[in-house]
Amino acid sequence: MKAAVIVFPGSNCDTDMSYALSDFTDAETVDLVPYTAESVAEYDAIFLPGGFSYGDYLRSGAIARFAPVMQSVIAEAEQGKTVLGICNGFQILLEAGLLPGAMKRNKDLKYICRTVDVKVENADTRFSGEYEKGETLRIPIAHGEGNYECDGQTYETLKKNNRIVFTYEADVNGSTGQIAGITNEAGNVLGMMPHPERAMETLLGSEDGRRLFTSVYRHWRDTHVVTT
Amino acid sequence: MVNVHVYITLKEGVLDPQGHAVQNSLTALGYEEVEKVNVGKWLRLEVADGNNLDSRVENMCEQLLANPVIENYTYHVEREAKV
Repeated sequence: MKAAVIVFPGSNCDTDMSYALSDFTDAETVDLVPYTAESVAEYDAIFLPGGFSYGDYLRSGAIARFAPVMQSVIAEAEQGKTVLGICNGFQILLEAGLLPGAMKRNKDLKYICRTVDVKVENADTRFSGEYEKGETLRIPIAHGEGNYECDGQTYETLKKNNRIVFTYEADVNGSTGQIAGITNEAGNVLGMMPHPERAMETLLGSEDGRRLFTSVYRHWRDTHVVTT
Repeated sequence: MVNVHVYITLKEGVLDPQGHAVQNSLTALGYEEVEKVNVGKWLRLEVADGNNLDSRVENMCEQLLANPVIENYTYHVEREAKV
């Protein structure tokens, strides 16, 4: 698996994401790809990291969504390639229209930075295959605008089609349905606010994030490597 | 050159946590007559005047300045009086 971690001006979780992939999966390559790159077509999986791309000016993700590399990211996503956005990466995917809904300021207007309980709602995706449905994960969140908003019809569609992959066990930020992570209709694009790449080592608090990356790797292996 | 003033607000029905906080604060200060506050953004664009100014500005709002999922926009064009 060739993995690309996109680096926008203001990304700050790119290195953590890159370590998560290179230290915990058997990915053949993990490249930090600059936002100016013209194409990401050579990669099997594309990761949009957390941070404050373009200073979060206007709205989180609103300007990054038009970064040169995004045209190729959108094209690859539409062709079914694995695309994962974490935190600011999720906000960029929403702004790009690859996922439905939008982010608002957290309901209590505070930036929240702590480890929370995240429930696995759907363990039957390429991002969550190594988790158990209903399992509680300890994963850090770090955001000021993670209050997920969508209209009632969109919410019902997400629910009905099992596109809500992760929820918060408590109402931490006001998100509709306590949503922490969703996929697109085809299931190849996931956006989530919690930071699995910060939950890779028990020594540092939790290793519950590991299986997200190993799930992505396993899905790629199962669909691309012919076993003899 | 004209000034285009763009106002962006959260759609009706979308909870506005900032507006709510400001309203609570006004109530605490004794301004109990304030029933609702909406917090939004104001942008001033200096734009070369042209035939399709309105449609260009609308496109700017739809494409970048506002997020149509949760936000509404209005704008008005301020033309300087000719001397």
